[in-house]
Amino acid sequence: MKRTSVGLTAELIEEISREKGEPRWMLEHRLRALEIFRKLPMPRFGPDLSELDFSDISYYLRTVEPVGSWEELPEEIRRTLEELGLPEAERKALAGLGAQVDSEVVYRSILAEVRAQGVIFEPMEEALKNHPELVREHFMKVIPPEDNKFAALHGAVWSGGTFVWVPEGVEVAIPLQAYFRMQTQGVGQFEHTLIVAEAGSSVHYIEGCSAPRYTKAALHSGMVEIVAKEGAHVRFTTIQNWSRNVYNLNNKRAVAYAGATVDWVSGSLGSKVTMLYPSTILAGRGAKTENLSFSFARNGQRLDLGAKAIHLAPDTSSRLVSRSVVQGKAKNVFRGKLYVAPEAKGAKGHVECSTLLLSPEAETETIPTLDVRNHEVEVGHEATVGRVSRDQLFYLTSRGLDEAEALSLIVNGFVSPILKEIPFEYAVELKRLLEMSFAEAIG
Amino acid sequence: MGILEVRDLVVTVEGKKILKGVSFSLEKGKIHALMGPNGSGKSTLAFALAGHPDYPVEEGRIFLNSEDITELPPNERARRGLFLGFQYPPEVEGVRLREFLRLAAANRHEHFCEFQKLYLESLAYFRMDELGDRELNVGFSGGEKKRSELLQMRVLRPKVALLDEPDSGVDVDGLRLIAAGIEEAARLGTAVLLITHYPRILEYLPISRVFVLDDGRIVREGGPELAWEIERSGYEAVRG
Repeated sequence: MKRTSVGLTAELIEEISREKGEPRWMLEHRLRALEIFRKLPMPRFGPDLSELDFSDISYYLRTVEPVGSWEELPEEIRRTLEELGLPEAERKALAGLGAQVDSEVVYRSILAEVRAQGVIFEPMEEALKNHPELVREHFMKVIPPEDNKFAALHGAVWSGGTFVWVPEGVEVAIPLQAYFRMQTQGVGQFEHTLIVAEAGSSVHYIEGCSAPRYTKAALHSGMVEIVAKEGAHVRFTTIQNWSRNVYNLNNKRAVAYAGATVDWVSGSLGSKVTMLYPSTILAGRGAKTENLSFSFARNGQRLDLGAKAIHLAPDTSSRLVSRSVVQGKAKNVFRGKLYVAPEAKGAKGHVECSTLLLSPEAETETIPTLDVRNHEVEVGHEATVGRVSRDQLFYLTSRGLDEAEALSLIVNGFVSPILKEIPFEYAVELKRLLEMSFAEAIG
Repeated sequence: MGILEVRDLVVTVEGKKILKGVSFSLEKGKIHALMGPNGSGKSTLAFALAGHPDYPVEEGRIFLNSEDITELPPNERARRGLFLGFQYPPEVEGVRLREFLRLAAANRHEHFCEFQKLYLESLAYFRMDELGDRELNVGFSGGEKKRSELLQMRVLRPKVALLDEPDSGVDVDGLRLIAAGIEEAARLGTAVLLITHYPRILEYLPISRVFVLDDGRIVREGGPELAWEIERSGYEAVRG
């Protein structure tokens, strides 16, 4: 196993870049990002990150050589991926799969029809070699390193991830998928996903994460950038189930040009601390975004989530919906932010946050920010907090359901407006996860 | 011994003794009426029998099919064939009636095909085809809630059904439907305890036994004529 020295230095950055055989501009980008990282302060809001020690994280590591087929994968990794139901998903002819083990994409398969449509679906490193100009044109343009400390960190040490480019007018019929996993304790993952959908095209990208338990804190700070050109439609689905020692601090942002639609569907289950605020910049007339989020915070977890819509053009619309469930001593925060620029006449925006608390110690906070700079808009906000009542529980158990089943049914019902938006096999897995979790909690 | 035997039941709720030693017995395939004025402890009895954690049994025993179920949690009682039709069924958002009932039926070891058949048939029976895909009790009218409770009973086929005021808030047509459902259940072997303070529904049903609960005790027990006596003379007269 090759492992870089612990700690974050210019020498490390140069080593990563040399190892990957990157072009000069990328090395310069990394070094610039490192400088910015050093200057920027930690986030001034959100969860306590004081236990995060940047000098105690490995920034680049490769455990397995890239392989081309499922059978070539080492048995241990294959087994873990199988437990996630991957081969089945594969059989269902999903468009392709990049399973990221540690920091390299080791396995991928792309269906011939997708390639035949001219779609590029490649590991970032390969795309950098095969399509340098296309990558350079878009890489970290939606989220520059200056944006925040973790964006800068990501810019300096990013590794792995996926590049997707969909030609004009092409509709990718089947979702593209990638799975990300961490293997060794203390390992950070900084995968970069860049999706460029040319005018009139459409694509659905699914990112699912699940990781075994570690004994030491790990940092995950990925980045997703989406460019949806005129009339394009991009849907990005993420399900995150990191182990409970992971700091999951991500940057996700899209730009939607005239008539384009970007949809985010995010499920947050795992991690110790998560900060995640998928955002869409509605840059062209009539651009739309829908941002659906569900989360399940359990004992000791702190999930700081949100969604943003930045309306910069006329007749743009956004809908931000969240459903949060909090169990045990955990806290969930949802920040719903709408910004409507003076020129965005006729914009429509709606923020809706609901929380279900399953225990007296469970905490929730909803922080809506509506910053509206013109009067020709329709914006609305609603927030609700509910608890599972003893009467509901008794009602369901009096029909023969045990308490875990009853809770799971209530919670599933609560998140169903979001759950119905995610692919079937994930919904099934999620239901199972919820049941297991309640059975565990009730004992 | 009856299918349900209740012996000297004492139940205290929030420090107040509501049931002060209640005993009675239900027969398989028979319809029994439990009557009593408001506040006499009828709903407390229903909750305590079904195992509601807020209505703990302090003294006495409950036997279902000769098994002591006094200490069992609600779901275990249900699995052994006890059913409670709620007076005020709670709303459960996002959970569809069909989905909920399928889970409940699975716990009763019903085969899925059998469930599906019985479920669809029962929707038609209670004229609630349009309610099957709605969220559980959400936005149901009073009458719809009562029919939904009866539908659940019909699908779950309990040994003992405790029905807490299935007649309140129901119009005449609804009442006939509910009475028919109760009669059918009894015909198929269910022992029914019909809890009501209003004898109107009893006109539609063959009642085998009437219990009168007052101030936490069964004060009278008799045949169907007892119900008419209450209708004519009120509870004051039957208190004795």
